[in-house]
Amino acid sequence: MPKATFRIWRGDARGGEFRDYATEVSEGMVVLDAVHQIQAESASDLAVRWNCKAGKCGSCSAEVNGMPKLMCMTRLSDVPLDQPVTIEPIKAFPPVKDLVTDVSWNYRVKKTIKKFKPRKPDAADGTWRMAQHDIERVQEFRKCIECYLCQDVCHVLRDHHKHDEFIGPRFLVYVAALEMHPLDTEDRVDELKQAHGVGLCNITKCCTKVCPEDITITDNAIIPLKERVVDRHYDPLRWLGRKIFGGAR
Amino acid sequence: MTQYQAFEHDVLIIGAGGAGLRAAIEASAAGVKVGLVCKSLLGKAHTVMAEGGIAAALANVDDRDSWKVHFSDTMRGGQYVNNWRMAELHAKEAPDRVRELEAWGALFDRTSDGRILQRNFGGHRYPRLAHVGDRTGLEMIRTLQDHGIHLGIDVHMECTVAGLLKDGDRIAGAFAYERERGYFRVFRAKAVVLATGGIGRAYKITSNSWECTGDGHTLAYDAGAELIDMEYMQFHPTGMVWPPSVRGLLVTEGVRGEGGILLNNDGRRFMFDEIPDNYKAQTADNEEEGWRYCQGDKSARRPPELLTRDHVARCIVKEVREGRGSPHGGVFLDIAWIKKHIKNSEEHIKKKLPSMYHQFKKLGDIDITRQPMEVGPTSHYIMGGVRVDADTQMSGVPGLFACGECAAGINGANRLGGNSLSDLLVFGKRAGEHAAAYARGTKTGAIDEAQVAAVAKQVLEPFEREATGETAFAVQHDLQDLMQAKVGIVRNEADMAEALGALQRLNERARRAQVEGNRDYNPGWHTTLDLHNLLTVSEAIARSAILRKESRGGHFREDFPKKDDAAGKVSTVVRKGADGAMEISQVPIPEMPPELALIIKEMG
Repeated sequence: MPKATFRIWRGDARGGEFRDYATEVSEGMVVLDAVHQIQAESASDLAVRWNCKAGKCGSCSAEVNGMPKLMCMTRLSDVPLDQPVTIEPIKAFPPVKDLVTDVSWNYRVKKTIKKFKPRKPDAADGTWRMAQHDIERVQEFRKCIECYLCQDVCHVLRDHHKHDEFIGPRFLVYVAALEMHPLDTEDRVDELKQAHGVGLCNITKCCTKVCPEDITITDNAIIPLKERVVDRHYDPLRWLGRKIFGGAR
Repeated sequence: MTQYQAFEHDVLIIGAGGAGLRAAIEASAAGVKVGLVCKSLLGKAHTVMAEGGIAAALANVDDRDSWKVHFSDTMRGGQYVNNWRMAELHAKEAPDRVRELEAWGALFDRTSDGRILQRNFGGHRYPRLAHVGDRTGLEMIRTLQDHGIHLGIDVHMECTVAGLLKDGDRIAGAFAYERERGYFRVFRAKAVVLATGGIGRAYKITSNSWECTGDGHTLAYDAGAELIDMEYMQFHPTGMVWPPSVRGLLVTEGVRGEGGILLNNDGRRFMFDEIPDNYKAQTADNEEEGWRYCQGDKSARRPPELLTRDHVARCIVKEVREGRGSPHGGVFLDIAWIKKHIKNSEEHIKKKLPSMYHQFKKLGDIDITRQPMEVGPTSHYIMGGVRVDADTQMSGVPGLFACGECAAGINGANRLGGNSLSDLLVFGKRAGEHAAAYARGTKTGAIDEAQVAAVAKQVLEPFEREATGETAFAVQHDLQDLMQAKVGIVRNEADMAEALGALQRLNERARRAQVEGNRDYNPGWHTTLDLHNLLTVSEAIARSAILRKESRGGHFREDFPKKDDAAGKVSTVVRKGADGAMEISQVPIPEMPPELALIIKEMG
């Protein structure tokens, strides 16, 4: 079996370094397999998150040769092995240890988003009727596995660290799923503009490019949300109405 | 004294998959203080991998369906050794639990008149599985998670419970370590709900994630509760077999529900060759009828690919053993063939089975809309678990509850696909409700510092071992090989007796396994601690399987290949003896009340 070298970041919040590990490569292997093999052979305390190993749980996000990826879905046959493969933690969140980062900010942000509030059931059997074509867009958003690769690659978070002003692509998709849910009656447009900071997104579409679930984050979720904010807050007639009659609307 | 952070809850729930989350929601709604502990991040539990759907007799697609048909299907699939009361409650309550998810924001695929769509699945007489493409588990866990986070539940993520604490006979709390820094936490609680899922990591070929190490089974066993039905292990017939790194990864039964067929290397649909007697009347005897069933023709009977999982898995093993398998030791599962019947079949397959399309394309270089898949059995689910009261889900230890996969009863000797997600909801809710009621009626038990110190010592002991060269990863690897080879799909007395001896030696090796590094997020240390759980459930499976001298459901003995009526009237029970050794016995299955027996008779 051929061997390949994996250059893995080892360290914690205080700092760290890349270390090289050589391990055998066999047919069909993914990056996560290599990490596990290294763990079993020569680095049993190498920290890595993973669960399903099937691209469904979104735990094993990392940067492989500088690209945000799910390690379980990155085949070694798609990576050049004649030079060391670098594996490092995602950058938008503080390091915990090795490939594990502190993603707790995401959990706190989600709690701040107003929850689903359905209209009263209106079918005779006490439930609702919804047409398939009316839910398809929201089903696209609900494919999200919360791997946070979109958050990782978003320059508003990654480079400008505006975690206090901007909820990031993941949660804009989440808000979009709620706002476009056929049963939902809640209104989140004012928060989008203020607390959620939708205006900070300048549509570079990096998030869309890295989404392992192929969610069209920018075009289908963020831009329509921006339009809702614009309709309410920047429509001249509405602006005039607010001046005369007061109130946010 | 042991250093730890102390927490106090009325109800402590261990595990945050479907069952744990549903229990937490219910207990919280009952107004008690709830803590939820999970080994991973919230929303990543194994439920996320469930694909096909949630079984519930909503009768949206076929109005002949009812709780009675669902009940009778579940009992038939479980070979009538199920806890019939659980099967009854499950069938009656599943529809409300599914509708509740919709009220919390879940978006299931729709029928043409806008109701929840239901799909066909193995062993279910009518289309019964509410689903979202083939990512139903994700929809379910996200819905429960997003609903639960607004209820004031205290969530302790990446925190592993290492032992339960008792006050006399009753439960008093739990001792845990958090992964990030390895610090200890002691949870004082009036009631504890185990919702830790399965044991699949005891096998080499498995669909299960790293978390499924039998934690709840072992915590309960060590705390004095009984385990029941541990010989019944489900091997899902269709796991990926190639490439090696994804061997075992699940291929949803939904593929067969949508019309996928199983073929051997002669291109023969071998599932028609052997149809069990008790399913003959419900099963199509020709390909044309089978296809009509998948297309919703109510007069047609289901194709043999949709027989129960235990049977399909054994048929696949037989084909492979007799030299009719696929190149990599499986058989072929073909969905592409439906192009003979459906226009735009490629788009149809991508729409109905998006994750499967993605999974094979990405990991196996196979386009399932054009080529057949190679599949073979993978260890998937344990029917056995903590013995609980059917209505309340309380174990024999006062204040200790269990629900979901780590509890036993509903599935008997074999679980039907789709019954697991509904089980999580129905009995998760019940466990939460009754744990909350129990907590309201009792005072908090005392934490015994000697017990705390004893668990803490066990947890830290691996760091103090001498250099032996033994590692937890090596022991786990050898255990998986052993269970796969000796206590797998096809079993016999000699192999299993050998396995018991080997388990003893693995136990000794586990006690020598060294840990490198420190307590900070250290997978080597965590794996060392998980070994006790894996070894305990492995021994329980092997001992129970030796005692059951017949073949039934997920337990197949080549030395006793037939069902035995007398054996079908008892369940196997495992408990920890006073001397610490595993005790095993058989208890009679209570007789079914006449009204339920009548339903089964009426359903033929």
